[in-house]
Amino acid sequence: MTLSRATRLTATTAAALALSVFAAACGESKDDNSSSGSSAAASTNSSSSAANPNAEIKKGIKVVQIPKQLGNPYEDIEDNGTKEAITSVGGTFTRKGPTDAGASTQVPIIQSTIQQKPDAIIIAGNDPDAVAPALKQAAQRGIKVVTQDSDVAKDARTLFINQASVQTIGADEVAMLSEQIGGKGDIAILSATANAPNQNSWIEVMKTELKKPEYSGMKLVKVAYGDDDDQKSFQETQGLLSAYPNLKGIISPTTVGISAAARYLSKSPKKGKVALTGLGTPNQMRKFVKDGTVTEFGLWNPADVGYLGGYATAALVSGQITGKEGEKFKAGKLGERTIGKDGEIILGPLTRFNKDNIDDFDF
Amino acid sequence: MPAESRTLAQRLMRWETLILGLIVVAWIVGAGLSGDFLSADSFTTASLDLSEVALMALPMALLVVAAEIDLSVASILALSSACMGELWNSGQTIEIIFLECILIGAACGAVNGFLVTRLGLPSLAVTIGTLSLFRGLAFVVIGDQSVTDFPSTWTDRAFGNFGSTAIPNTMVLFGVLAVIFAVLLHGTGFGRKIFAIGANEEAARFSGVRVKRIKFWLFVLSGAVAGLAGVVISLRNSTAAANVGTGFELTVVTAVVLGGVSIFGGKGSLGGVILALVLLGSINKALTLSDSISSYWIQIVTGTLLIGSVLVPNLAVRAREARAHNFHGRRQWPWRTRVDTSRPQEESA
Amino acid sequence: MSAQTETASGGAVAPEAGAEARRRTDVIFRVRELGIVGALGLLILVTALIEPRFVEADSLRNLALNAAIFAILAAGQTLVLVTRNVDLSVSSVLALSAFMAGTLLSDHPSLPIPIVFLLGMGLGAAAGALNGFLVTFGRVPALVVTLGTLYAFRGLAFLWTDGRQVNAETLPDSFLNIGTGTILGIPTLALIALVVVLIVGQYLRDFRSGRELYAIGSSPEAARLAGVRTDRRVLSAFVIAGALAGLGGVLFTARFGTVDATAGNGYEFTVIAAAVVGGVTINGGSGSVYGAAIGAVLLGTITSSLIVLKVDSFWQQAAVGALLITAIAFDRWIGLRLDAALRQRSARRAG
Repeated sequence: MTLSRATRLTATTAAALALSVFAAACGESKDDNSSSGSSAAASTNSSSSAANPNAEIKKGIKVVQIPKQLGNPYEDIEDNGTKEAITSVGGTFTRKGPTDAGASTQVPIIQSTIQQKPDAIIIAGNDPDAVAPALKQAAQRGIKVVTQDSDVAKDARTLFINQASVQTIGADEVAMLSEQIGGKGDIAILSATANAPNQNSWIEVMKTELKKPEYSGMKLVKVAYGDDDDQKSFQETQGLLSAYPNLKGIISPTTVGISAAARYLSKSPKKGKVALTGLGTPNQMRKFVKDGTVTEFGLWNPADVGYLGGYATAALVSGQITGKEGEKFKAGKLGERTIGKDGEIILGPLTRFNKDNIDDFDF
Repeated sequence: MPAESRTLAQRLMRWETLILGLIVVAWIVGAGLSGDFLSADSFTTASLDLSEVALMALPMALLVVAAEIDLSVASILALSSACMGELWNSGQTIEIIFLECILIGAACGAVNGFLVTRLGLPSLAVTIGTLSLFRGLAFVVIGDQSVTDFPSTWTDRAFGNFGSTAIPNTMVLFGVLAVIFAVLLHGTGFGRKIFAIGANEEAARFSGVRVKRIKFWLFVLSGAVAGLAGVVISLRNSTAAANVGTGFELTVVTAVVLGGVSIFGGKGSLGGVILALVLLGSINKALTLSDSISSYWIQIVTGTLLIGSVLVPNLAVRAREARAHNFHGRRQWPWRTRVDTSRPQEESA
Repeated sequence: MSAQTETASGGAVAPEAGAEARRRTDVIFRVRELGIVGALGLLILVTALIEPRFVEADSLRNLALNAAIFAILAAGQTLVLVTRNVDLSVSSVLALSAFMAGTLLSDHPSLPIPIVFLLGMGLGAAAGALNGFLVTFGRVPALVVTLGTLYAFRGLAFLWTDGRQVNAETLPDSFLNIGTGTILGIPTLALIALVVVLIVGQYLRDFRSGRELYAIGSSPEAARLAGVRTDRRVLSAFVIAGALAGLGGVLFTARFGTVDATAGNGYEFTVIAAAVVGGVTINGGSGSVYGAAIGAVLLGTITSSLIVLKVDSFWQQAAVGALLITAIAFDRWIGLRLDAALRQRSARRAG
C-alpha cells in the first residue's frame, strides 16, 4: 500500500504550507500586549436596557451552578442555599462541577453548559483568567454570568456575590491569630490552590495588615498550598511544623485546610503550642474547639451566600437589575440589597466561633 | 506477500468497522440522553477538549507499533507549559516561545530515547521515571504559580474555530499532523520499518533496519509533539502552569490501544486511533451533557472499552482454537499451554 | 534435555550450577538490598548533619507514618512485578476500600474493627481477582487490564461517593488511633506495615509457590514446561496485591480520617517507583519485598528531608524520577553482569 512518491511529496508540502499559514503572525511579546480584553466578546458590563426594579421575577428560569469542585462540604452548603433561592422563585437549578480545583477544570463544564442554553451561570472560579474566555462566550450567547465566593476577571461576569469584604476577612483573620499568640512569633498561612482568586485577595490583605505596627512582632514565614485537598493539607501542615520549629500560629482561610490542619495538630505534640485559626465550619471544627486544639475561628453562613446569589441572579435575569452600582433588589429573607462597586454584592461581616457559641450553629 | 497483506488489511478493516459501529451506538445513546448532543456545538467542544490527547496520540501510536511506550508525555506537556509561562514572563516574543517549547519537548524525548536505546532500559519503567522527573522539573521552573496573560490574538485562535465553521483551530492543526503521521506510518519506508521493528525486532535488525536510531527518533517525535500540545493547552485555557494535563498519558494510551494498535507491537493503523479518539470524545460528550446519567460513568465506560478491546478478540481467537482442537478429538481448554509436551507431537490443523 | 532445576533466576542449567547460581543471585539480591539500605542511611545521615532536628522522635515518627501505607502497597506490587506483570489499579482499589471502611464505620460505629479490615481486604482481593482473571484467562496484557481497571474502579468510587466524603468526626476514636497512635513509641501503622512486609517477604522467599513467581517472571514458557501452574500463581499474585491495596485503603481512612473519591490519586506511580528503586525489576524475575519496602521508606525520606532542609518541595518529584531512572539503569547493569556470569558458567560446564 505504498503511495507514489509524487503523492507523498504533495501531501507533505500541502500540510507544511497549511501549517505555516496558521503560524503566520507578526511577533508579539509581553510588552506589546496592552490589555487582555477580547475584541469580539460583548462586554458583560454594559447594559443594553435600563434596569426595571419593578419587573416581575421571570417564571421558570434555568440556572446552572458551577462550584470550584465537587465534594467540598463548604460549597455543598453554599450551593444548597442557591438551590433554595432559585426553587423558591420557581426556577430550575442544576449543579455541575469538576472533581479537582485545578485552574482550567471548569472550562469543559462551562462549554457543555453553554450548549444547554440556561438563563444564567453562577460560578465560583478556580482561576480568574482561565475561565474568562469560556464565560465571555456564554455571555455572547445571552447567558447571564454571576460569580459567587470566588471572583473571575471583571469583564467576564456581571455580578459578584462576596461573602464579606476582602478587607474584613483578611484583617479579622490576622487580628484573631494575633490575639491567640500574643502578637509575637512566626506564622504561616495554609491556603487552598495557588490560583484561587478569593484566597489570593485575602492573603494580600493579610500581608498588608502584618505591616501595621501592632503586628510588628509577627512574621509570615511561609504560604503553603493544600489545594483544598484534605490529604495534601494534612501533609502540608506536617511539613510546616517540621520545617519551622519556631512556628507559633497558622491561619488557614479554607474550610478544608483548617479541618485537616486541626486533625493533624490535635494528635501531634505541638497541640496547644501552635495556634490555629482561619475559616471553618462549626460542624467540622466543633471537636477541635472542645479539645483545645483551636481557640477561635471565623466564617459566615455559606448558605446565606448562596441564597443571596440565587436571588441576585433571578433579579438579573428578570431585568430588575443590570449590575450597575447603586441598583437595589429584594433577596427573599435577606431583605433588600444594594449593588456595590464593580458589580459586587456583599453579604456581611464575619462571625467568630469559639467554645462559647459553637453549639448554637449547625452547618 | 500480497495474500498476507490482504489478510492484514482485512483484519484492520474489521477493527475499524467495529469502532465505527461503537461510535454509531454512542451517538444514538447520546442523542437519546440529551437533545443537545447531535449539534455542531457538541462537535466543537468535544474535539476542543481532546485536542492535546489527540495530538499526543499520533506519535504514541507509532511508538506502540514499534513495541515501545512513552508514559511521560503528559509531564513533557506540563514542562512545556511551565517553560512557556516563564519565558513569557521574561518578555520573549510569543512565536519564538512556541518554537522553544517544542524544542524543549524534543529534548525530553531525546532523554527518553537515549535511556531506552543507548542504555537499553525498558521503556515502561524509564518513562515512569521521566514522568516524575519532567513533571517535577515543571514545578521547579514555575512553582505553584500560573501565567494567564497571553496575547488574546493567540488565545482566541487556540480557543476558536476555523473561519465560520464549527471546526476548532486545534482540530485543523490535528488534522494536518494526522495526515503527516498517517503518510509517515502507512506510506513510507520509515513506517514499514516501524512495523518490522514491532513485529520482530531481532529480524528487523538482521535485515539492516537501524532499530536504535529509529526508536530514538520516535521518542524525540513524541516529546516534540507533547511540547506542542503543552503550547496548545496553555493558549486554549489561557493558563500556563505545572499541574496541567495530569493523567493525559493514560487517555492517550487508551486511545491508541482502543484504536487497534497491538500493545505487543507490529500491528495497527492510524485511522483506527483517530476513530478511537472520536469514540472517546463522543462518550465523554454524551455523558457530560446528560443530566440523568452521572458523568462518573465516563471513566467506567472508558476502562471497560479498553479492556474489552483486547479481551474480545482474544476470546474470539480462543473459541476458534477450541473448535479446531475439538475437531481433532483432543479435549483441551483453550487457555492451557499451546505446546502440549505430555503427548507425542501430532499433526496440528 | 536433562531435567531442569528451578533456579531463582530461571533458565535451564544443570543442578550443581543451579545451586551455585542461586547462591550467587542471593548474594546479588542481598547486595542490592544493602545498597538501598546504604543509600537510605546515607541520606538520613547527611540530612541529620545539616539539620539535627531530622532525627528527633517526632520527625522519625512522621517518616514512618508516611511510608507505612506505601510499603504495604509496594509489597503487593512486588509480587505482581516479579511475575512480569504490573498493577496500575492499586490507587483506585485503595480509594474504594478506604471509602467503604469509612462509610461502614460512620454508619455502624459499633462494628468490630477487625471485621472492617477483613471486609476491606476482601474488597481488594475481589478487585485483584478480576485483574488476575483478565490477565491469565483473558490473556490481556497486564498493562491494558490494570489501566482499564484503574479507570473503571476510580469511576466506581466517584459513583459510590457521589460527591460526599467521610468525615473524621464521624469515625470512632478507636479506629482513628490505629492510624495516628503509637505502641511503645512506634507508630501503630508502621508496626502493621512491618508485620505485613515480613509475612509477604517470607512467603516469597520460603514458600514454593512464592519462589515459583520468580520462575514465571524470568521465563514464563520455561516455568510452564517445568510444571509450574503459571495461571494460578499469577492470579494469586494479583489477588494478594489487591488484598494489600484494600488493607492500605482501610489504613488510609484510619490515618487521614477524611476520605473522598480522590483518595490515593496518583499512588500507583509512587508505589511502582518504590518497588523498582528497591530492586524489583520491571521485566520480572528478581527483587524482594524487603527491597520494595525499603524503597518506599527511601522515597518518603526524600520528601521529609527536603521539607526539613527547606528545599523547595518541588524538587522532590524530580528527585524521585531521577532516582528511579538510576535504579533501573543500575539493575540493568547488574542483570547484564549476572547473565554474563551464568553464561560463562554453563559454557564451562558444557566445555
